[in-house]
Amino acid sequence: MTERKLEIRDLHVSVETETGSKPILKGVNLIINPGEVHAIMGPNGSGKSTLAYSIAGHPKYTITSGSVMLDGVELVGLTADARAKAGLFLAMQYPVEVPGVSVSNFLRTAKTALDGQAPPVRSWAAKVNDSLAKMQLDGEFAARSVNEGFSGGEKKRNEIVQLDILDPKYAVLDETDSGLDIDALRVVSEGVNRYTAQGDRGVLLITHYTRILRYIKPDFVHVFVDGHVVEEGDARLAESLEETGYERWVKAAE
Amino acid sequence: MSKSVAPVDQTGSESATVVSHLHPVGSFVLADHPAPSGKEEFWRFTPLAKVQDFFDDTLERSSLDVHVEPGSGVGFGHLGLGQSPRGTVLTPVDRTSAIAAAVPQATHLVVEGTLERPVRVNIQGESLTHPTADHVVIEALPQSCGTILLNHTGAARHIGNVEIIVGEGANLTVVTLQDWAPGSVHFGQHEALVGKDAVYRHIDVSLGGSLIRLQNNLSYASIGGDAELYGVYFAQSGQHIEHRLFIDHDHPKGVSHVDYRGALQGEGAESVWVGDVLIRPTAIGIETYEANKNLVLTDGCRVHAVPNLEIETGEIVGAGHSASTGRFDDEQLFYLESRGIDETEARRLVVRGFFATILARIGIEDVEETLMRRLDAELAFDKEN
Ligand SMILES: Nc1ncnc2c1ncn2[C@@H]1O[C@H](COP(=O)(O)OP(=O)(O)OP(=O)(O)O)[C@@H](O)[C@H]1O
Ligand SMILES: [Mg+2]
Repeated sequence: MTERKLEIRDLHVSVETETGSKPILKGVNLIINPGEVHAIMGPNGSGKSTLAYSIAGHPKYTITSGSVMLDGVELVGLTADARAKAGLFLAMQYPVEVPGVSVSNFLRTAKTALDGQAPPVRSWAAKVNDSLAKMQLDGEFAARSVNEGFSGGEKKRNEIVQLDILDPKYAVLDETDSGLDIDALRVVSEGVNRYTAQGDRGVLLITHYTRILRYIKPDFVHVFVDGHVVEEGDARLAESLEETGYERWVKAAE
Repeated sequence: MSKSVAPVDQTGSESATVVSHLHPVGSFVLADHPAPSGKEEFWRFTPLAKVQDFFDDTLERSSLDVHVEPGSGVGFGHLGLGQSPRGTVLTPVDRTSAIAAAVPQATHLVVEGTLERPVRVNIQGESLTHPTADHVVIEALPQSCGTILLNHTGAARHIGNVEIIVGEGANLTVVTLQDWAPGSVHFGQHEALVGKDAVYRHIDVSLGGSLIRLQNNLSYASIGGDAELYGVYFAQSGQHIEHRLFIDHDHPKGVSHVDYRGALQGEGAESVWVGDVLIRPTAIGIETYEANKNLVLTDGCRVHAVPNLEIETGEIVGAGHSASTGRFDDEQLFYLESRGIDETEARRLVVRGFFATILARIGIEDVEETLMRRLDAELAFDKEN
């Protein structure tokens, strides 16, 4: 039996630029066991979104070495849809607009692809409506084009609607709390907590703010600087970052 | 998206003939339309070498089988040469159109009262070698309401003129579906006259055949006509699809909205969209907006999008145009794929989405379905190759 966990080992990732290949991730190591919430905090440009995208299989990023194992399945080399089918989900920092594709159709197509069979027609609309309502989104969002004309906060809440419906094994949430008002932050946090309350789901939560960590209790906090994890601790590490910032690690990296 | 207005052209006048530099003057006389060399602005995009026979008036052309579904409620008859209202609205602007305008017998469809459901008119081609020509007159009587679908299928080398008279207060939708077999060629001039306070919708759906060139003209009989011209096309390898529009705002308070969307896929797929809008000095208080969007799915496609707006009066509600050509958005595809949707399905969703708003406006369910099926089949086909 393979051990259940999301394991990132010595991950190196580059992006192609006009002046050649530029290394962004420089040896990331992380293990997320089922039932754990891991927070990642780090300065702008340190590579947090790059980590999220490369795990999810964005074609812009080249994994030059290392491994990402999800419950014994090597994700490196798989297409993005195959990674989702293996059980991965990415809530994006900047959710993408898809004109002409309704939220409801999008969710249904995704659910069908993940399950290998279409969800029951009878209960589907109610399920979508219920998920929208939990994120305090009006039922009319089901018929709207994916993210088109959504406010920043509505886009983020729509990511959690997808988390709720697709119910992956592991979820990477890239700054889902950014751009949310005070009430929405609570609503979104409750959504994530409902997801983790299932007991065996893993979460990698990328954030800049300790406020969300008051609602979503992390088991581990990782400080991410210059393309890798420089410090690990429990929730208290996040609090201390509020005081000290990233300066000591940033200086060391220079 | 760009939104701009062409410089004001001062050379226009109020005479009845079309004097715009955008558009040739119409005539029924063949000699007025010499066979083109290809250098003319009007012809420069069309691959003429493939279609020399279309300019040869000595060829014997029969008409295609025009079949109106029985019990549809539309009046059906024929009009001889010179028999009114034939020739009152459409004056040929090129040689092919002049050839079709001269066929001995034109089909006459009359919409009276309210048609309960869309009327399907099947125009069936039978040969890639024998040339054909037709002239169809659609007359929507005052206050009438209906939808006519001209459904072109089969193999043909065809010139098809459509002359459309929209009576006062009428509400008419004309859908022309070009679902030809491979190798087919279709030329045609569509010309509509929109009556006082009438609502007219014209929808071009061009999918099959090797070359389609449609000239779609529109003018107003009086004040207050409302016209919407929509188009959907899908050009594949080696296919040339050309839509040319000319909207002549010659009366006050008219409205014209144009939205054409096309996808292209495969080596040598080519689309042409020319949208000419003329706002004459008499056209006070009009409103016009035209848009053309293209989605390029593979390398090797060519898109020509040419909007032209010629404004001869400043006293209008609004005028604008835009044209855009884009590729598949990698971010959109990744977003869908990251949710477990495979690449083929993701592409399909994006293309369907691209066409969705226009298809919703067509409002004829089986046309939407035909189109979606074609798109799906062809997108899947591309993946296999
Ligand atoms: N195409 C590219 N060319 C050059 N640099 C790039 C390219 N793509 C990403 N980068 C760089 O990679 C670095 C990491 O970016 P990333 O988005 O992962 O940062 P982040 O940690 O998520 O930052 P933030 O907190 O602002 O969201 C940045 O310095 C960014 O400018
Ligand atoms: Mg980021």
